[in-house]
Amino acid sequence: MAIEIKDLCHIYGQDTIFEQYALKNVNITIGDGEFIGLIGHTGSGKSTLTQHLNGLLKASSGDILYNGESIYKEGYSMKTLRSKVGLVFQYPEHQLFEVDVFSDVCFGPKNLGLPQEEIESRAKEALSLVGLDESFYKQSPFELSGGQKRRVAIAGVLAMKPEVLILDEPTAGLDPRGRDDILGLVAELHKNQGMTIILVSHSMEDVAKYVSRLIVMNHGEKVYDGTPKEVFRHYKELETIGLAAPQITYVVHALRERGIPVDEDVTTVEEARDEILKLWKKEESTC
Amino acid sequence: MLRDITLGQYYPVDSVLHRLDPRTKLFGTLVYIVSLFIADNLFAYAAAALFLVTAIYMSKVPVKFMVRGLKSIVFLLLISVSFNLFLTPGTPIFKIGFLQMTWEGLKFASFMAVRLIFLVLGSTILTLTTTPNQLTDGLEKSLGFLKKVGVPVHEVSMMMSIALRFIPILIEETDKIMKAQMARGADFESGNLIQKAKAMVPLLVPLFISAFRRATDLAMAMEARCYRGGDGRTKMKPLTYARRDRLTYLVYLMYAAVVILLKVLL
Repeated sequence: MAIEIKDLCHIYGQDTIFEQYALKNVNITIGDGEFIGLIGHTGSGKSTLTQHLNGLLKASSGDILYNGESIYKEGYSMKTLRSKVGLVFQYPEHQLFEVDVFSDVCFGPKNLGLPQEEIESRAKEALSLVGLDESFYKQSPFELSGGQKRRVAIAGVLAMKPEVLILDEPTAGLDPRGRDDILGLVAELHKNQGMTIILVSHSMEDVAKYVSRLIVMNHGEKVYDGTPKEVFRHYKELETIGLAAPQITYVVHALRERGIPVDEDVTTVEEARDEILKLWKKEESTC
Repeated sequence: MLRDITLGQYYPVDSVLHRLDPRTKLFGTLVYIVSLFIADNLFAYAAAALFLVTAIYMSKVPVKFMVRGLKSIVFLLLISVSFNLFLTPGTPIFKIGFLQMTWEGLKFASFMAVRLIFLVLGSTILTLTTTPNQLTDGLEKSLGFLKKVGVPVHEVSMMMSIALRFIPILIEETDKIMKAQMARGADFESGNLIQKAKAMVPLLVPLFISAFRRATDLAMAMEARCYRGGDGRTKMKPLTYARRDRLTYLVYLMYAAVVILLKVLL
């Protein structure tokens, strides 16, 4: 059990006239090696929730256990927690500051107080994980393209060797190609490094293809929690909270309404294609 | 953490003072400040106090907020009072070493303290009842005559309002960058002064870059909407004087007359 969130509440501006619930009784258990999509509309509390997981925000009430230990316990080291639970913010390239790519990636491990050799080997490893080779090491991070900058920023967090990686809207502002690259990279980290990954997004389309579990937030509360197939069955309810299931879900349901028995649980275009072709062939053979 | 800072301390309630034209309030503050420097006896200060109390009462802003503004000058107040108290020559009250307290010093010091407190309270009323945008609008129009001698009044006031507009945005940005760097293990709190200053680099560099980026974007957006400076630019809410403004000016006149009379007569 990696992370347990228990009755978590967060109130912004407590005891003032501006008091507002950002999170309300959230209960989530995240197991080791899971690949989770955290979905919600703007202001649904998804970013607030992620910032609790590495102790950047403190809960108004409730508890968070990391590997069975409460992070709010007296003397719990936030620094260790933050190196274990890596958080990549939205537009992470906005936090780059060093003169070259390599030293920027070194920033995280350096803060952990590691020996110089370890820092450098970690930075090299992280950069190779995001697909940047040695020719980038001495370049200024400000001269790179948007997608490359984002890779550097993600490497900056990877260099701390987190067990859990949280990415807040990692594809925001990228073109389709850059988006697929980054999501592919994240999927690879999950597969090859065995990292627990939480992908925060407002786009079902993006995450449906990759994640094994979806958590939907609305108005600071958890609404749905399950496999993408389970969650997308509520596609009508999802619309009322300003979200949409992937387009293919609508196609499948439209087909079913016309009496074509397509499996309603297909979530990706590829699955739908296979399913439709299968039905097609069956029909041909029966004719 | 940073979200708690309130800047531009406007207090949003509906009062006569809030509805006054910003020019009226600006002029009133000016008259008040000048009157404080003219006043040199107890009666003049009493008149100033009366004027201030009336204004505070009419502004409907809780006194608590007014007093909060005074916190920032406590240090300044202490220094100026003690300098006046001990370094004014005259009839001594007592003496400690080379420091001696004099009656004249006591008088000067108390006047100085009252003057400073009134000064801050007076200008606090202005900022509490006027939004920063109204304030710059008022300044632009009041100082419009300076344009004739080549002062770029409109440009300066535009710069002011943009600066004010961007304060909350930059605070939010700072908060975000700080959190992002803390997620990478940065530590902004512990360490000595030099270590703390060094820890600011990962915060300040991205902040500056973002400020420049925002500035370029804004400039582009303004040009895209044909911004060409103040000439021929009309306003959505042009400032106009109402009856209450004229009445207020009358009050200023009476107040100024009283203060000057008190100075001449006593």
